[in-house]
Amino acid sequence: MKSLTQRFTGVHRQWPVYVFLSLLALLMLFPVLTMALSSLMGPGELRESYGAVLGAGGENILWKPLPQYPTLQPFVELLLDSPDFFVMFWNSCRQVFPILLGQTMVGMPAAWAFARYRFPGRKVLFWLYMVLMVMPFQVTMVSSYLVLSRLSLMDTHLAICLPGIFSTFPVFIMEKFFRAIPDSLLEAARVDGAGAFTIFWHIGVPLGLPGVMSALILNFLEYWNAMEAPMTFLKTKAKFPLSLYLPEITTDQMSVSFAASVVMMLPAILGFLWGQEYLQAGIAASGLKE
Amino acid sequence: MKKQTLTAFLLLLPSFLGTAVFVLIPFLDVFRRSFFQAVGGSFVGLSNYIAVLENEAFLQALSNTLRFLLVCLPLLLGLSFALAVLLYSLPFARSFFEAFFLLPMAIPVASVVVFWRMLFHTDGLLNGLLGYGGFSGGDWMNTDAAFGVLVFSYIWKNLGYDVILWIAGLSQIPKEQYEAARVSGAGELRCFFSITLPQMGDTILMIGVLSFVNAFRVFREAYLIAGNYPHNSIYMLQHLFNNWFTKLDIQKMSAAAVMLAVVISLMFLFLERRNERKERTDS
Repeated sequence: MKSLTQRFTGVHRQWPVYVFLSLLALLMLFPVLTMALSSLMGPGELRESYGAVLGAGGENILWKPLPQYPTLQPFVELLLDSPDFFVMFWNSCRQVFPILLGQTMVGMPAAWAFARYRFPGRKVLFWLYMVLMVMPFQVTMVSSYLVLSRLSLMDTHLAICLPGIFSTFPVFIMEKFFRAIPDSLLEAARVDGAGAFTIFWHIGVPLGLPGVMSALILNFLEYWNAMEAPMTFLKTKAKFPLSLYLPEITTDQMSVSFAASVVMMLPAILGFLWGQEYLQAGIAASGLKE
Repeated sequence: MKKQTLTAFLLLLPSFLGTAVFVLIPFLDVFRRSFFQAVGGSFVGLSNYIAVLENEAFLQALSNTLRFLLVCLPLLLGLSFALAVLLYSLPFARSFFEAFFLLPMAIPVASVVVFWRMLFHTDGLLNGLLGYGGFSGGDWMNTDAAFGVLVFSYIWKNLGYDVILWIAGLSQIPKEQYEAARVSGAGELRCFFSITLPQMGDTILMIGVLSFVNAFRVFREAYLIAGNYPHNSIYMLQHLFNNWFTKLDIQKMSAAAVMLAVVISLMFLFLERRNERKERTDS
């Protein structure tokens, strides 16, 4: 372990690296920052700075890093005068949270079985799960369409939820964490006469909780952002999630569109900040080979 | 049947049943359909496949997609590796920077699309900035530059994700190896080329596959910025699938989906085989 002074001299020596990384970090943050600051501009100021781009008149674009007259008016307008926005926000929630709940309930036991049992066909089955995990949406979109229309589920929230629940990705992530639980703990419980389900529920689930969290946060970000499935399986606009609704308001109501973008970003950013540790652990786990 | 096996099957049952109903069985149906005619349902052999492979839009979309992958994957893997090595060597504030680089991954595409539009619009920020510097910009979205815009937004979104994966790979190399090398007088560069690089083989394959999968998601950006029929240079397989879907051209979609699935499975099989062989020689 290096001493604190050693670490500080390290920093001192490496300051160009830190400057470079800070600039890069700023670049990564730039779009988010711009969106957030622009959302605090009133309609007049917005038209002044971005009007030319968004087709609402105005000469050329003025790059203004900070709003001159910050106002919460766009947010007030969004929350009070755009009933559509609430509907879509609620739609997003109705599609994302059932998926997360279902994935956890269905995925946890499956991941436990893969991690802790040896049974005939395990290898082939796990391989199948991994292949399904890497398949892009376009591969499964026809087959999902066929089954959803057979079950007359097209254009319902279930058309988004059901295929999402049976995604194999969370199983893969949770399996990694379940497998890391030391054998000795389970052995001790078995000696004490605990049954298979007791062991799963009272030892596996609590100790594998970071894995469950990782799967949850990764999938929350994925489905909050989902576009392909809602675009394909939903027809009625009243059922669209936020991700499909946002692009449509951009042209006519600029200030509202900035505010709406920020409100949509907020749960994702909060989730990110809250679960960053789990997120990183989950990403790292998805990279480890079987 | 052993009790162990029975318990395992019970635990797996809900997940497997769902997967079978929503993915496996319908995919078999798609496989079957890819050999039959849409109307009348007579067996037509490979003619659906031939129709897809001779379809001009398909060839255009395929070549664009391949070009996108060939440009993006090396670029992303290289940049993220360099960044990961840099971050990994930091004495301080590593996780702070990791968080910043990872943030774009969390940002929903739809919520920054206004920003991309403003940035790359003909009268937008980028051209304005170039104007200040005395350069003339261009029409980014309606020329071949659209391809570059898409590459940029893909890198922006995926850089942090890949950095985390690389760091996970780097941290699996035992510290003792570096210490031993340093004791015998090896410098930083020597350590990097003789210890770090040779042990990144598996990591690069795995990250390659994951980045490949994520590359298919760039359709979101392309669609949101440019719509269903974007500039020719960013008309991807995903757009084609979407347009076929709107026309309900199930036959072409089925044949194309089967081909895509086979290619991806083969890639994956190759990766797994390699890993297994490696494990056997290691132990």
